Amino acid sequence: MIVAEQKPIQAILATLQGADSVLLAGCRGCVTVCGAGGEKEVRVLASLLKSARNEQGRPIRVDTAVVERQCEPEFVDELPYSRDDHDAVLSMACGAGVQLVAERLQDAIVLPALDTTFIGVSEGKGTWVERCKACGDCKLHLTAGICPVTRCSKGLLNGPCGGSSNGACEVDPSIPCAWQLIVDRLERLGMLDRYEEIIMPADWSEYGKPSSMDRGDIK
Amino acid sequence: MEINQGTEVRKKGALQGILEQGRFAVTAEAGPPRGARPEVMAHKASILKGFVDACNVTDNQTSVVRMCSLAASSILLDHGIEPVMQMVCRDRNRIAAQSDALGAYSLGINNLLCLSGDHQSFGDHPMAKGVFDIDSIQLLAMIDRMQTEGRFSGGDEVQGRPALFLGAAANPFADPFRIRVPRLAKKAAAGARFIQTQCVFDVPRFEEWMQGVRERGLHEKLFILAGITPIKSLKMARYMASKVPGMSVPQELLDRLKGVEKKKRKTEGIKIAVETIQKMMEIPGVSGVHIMAIEWEEAVPKIVEGAGLVPRPSGRA
Repeated sequence: MIVAEQKPIQAILATLQGADSVLLAGCRGCVTVCGAGGEKEVRVLASLLKSARNEQGRPIRVDTAVVERQCEPEFVDELPYSRDDHDAVLSMACGAGVQLVAERLQDAIVLPALDTTFIGVSEGKGTWVERCKACGDCKLHLTAGICPVTRCSKGLLNGPCGGSSNGACEVDPSIPCAWQLIVDRLERLGMLDRYEEIIMPADWSEYGKPSSMDRGDIK
Repeated sequence: MEINQGTEVRKKGALQGILEQGRFAVTAEAGPPRGARPEVMAHKASILKGFVDACNVTDNQTSVVRMCSLAASSILLDHGIEPVMQMVCRDRNRIAAQSDALGAYSLGINNLLCLSGDHQSFGDHPMAKGVFDIDSIQLLAMIDRMQTEGRFSGGDEVQGRPALFLGAAANPFADPFRIRVPRLAKKAAAGARFIQTQCVFDVPRFEEWMQGVRERGLHEKLFILAGITPIKSLKMARYMASKVPGMSVPQELLDRLKGVEKKKRKTEGIKIAVETIQKMMEIPGVSGVHIMAIEWEEAVPKIVEGAGLVPRPSGRA
């Protein structure tokens, strides 16, 4: 899923400086699961914003709404935004959600409340780790199910580099060396000979420009 | 102009010549200056001339901005030193890498060392975006294909093939150790002809790696130059022992330096380097040494002389 985290409250307040009323919009998708922009976070942020602005002597009206997914037009269109009532929409979705809200609400100022960080998995309660760069050219069948594009600091497809030490990456010892993990797993699977196949350069042609997908079969 | 498979016929470089003649090769390293000062490269050339067969020109090593390795290599060439131009994947994509390879060969550079490159977080621009479009093995394979098949990575024809002597690095001391020989095999398969290794302080571990290299017959496919770094001070030795990942500095070496008076440690460092070279010359399959005297080029002539490796052969048939 997409993992995001809330921006510091001061940063959010700074973007709301000119606004006296805001529609705070949550999302029940990925950001609910990673505890960044679901129902609960919307409630908490609304009250934080109101009390901070009260302290500043410039109260703000915060209306709230949580939709199923901010990445789908039919749900975004359910947002109770009104230009007369709201100076801005503060979206608690990922960057894709924020942009769809802006696209659907052409006359609204749409602001992000979150920083979208990565596509990842949960590693126990409250911990998420990055696992996919959405490179568009998956090579996991060649690397024992461990992605070097994401997990090697240099994205080496034929690693490891000379900086792999005691299972750790030279860039940051808290990062496991992806190629140590790949080699260990290949060995466990009895496939270490696969290591010597040269993996050809990635095809970045779908990565370096805005991508889209048009699937006739599900239209 | 005589044309051979799209390549202008040109004599091989001295390094390739010496290695192919089976003579023990000596290379060193010269870091380009952190400014537009060609005289720095000229000065380094004057120190090294007559003591090395070729000299590596590092490519923004440790991710610190310096004069580009292409220009600095060309300056060395003008001053009578054969360069080994280093090229890293951190700062250039496959388009720039192929372009620079063509440019290098056209300027008379014969040797290209293909590296992934240090991560940008170690240098003076940690905020920069690393390119890493391809890795060192893919870089080797790409340049090799330009030379042998006459095709660019994208498939178009190379109109005038370069004939660079391709090299790569190997670190026998990094983890996981069990793939360090297979990794070398990958580099050989990708087109590397010579290898320069990480600094050897831990001779037994290097010998263990070399044994694996010989078992696979890789010493017959690749010329292996063992990395030699003279230690300047106890501080430097301690730093390399504890702070540099993928570097093995045995405790005996630290103790040996500690047992020497502070002002005599530089001399001791040179002595250790000479002894290490003598050990390397005894190991079957080692074709030469690569002396990395980091910002201490003055040490190189002393080491080469100490090891009895002067005068250098011409390398020309």
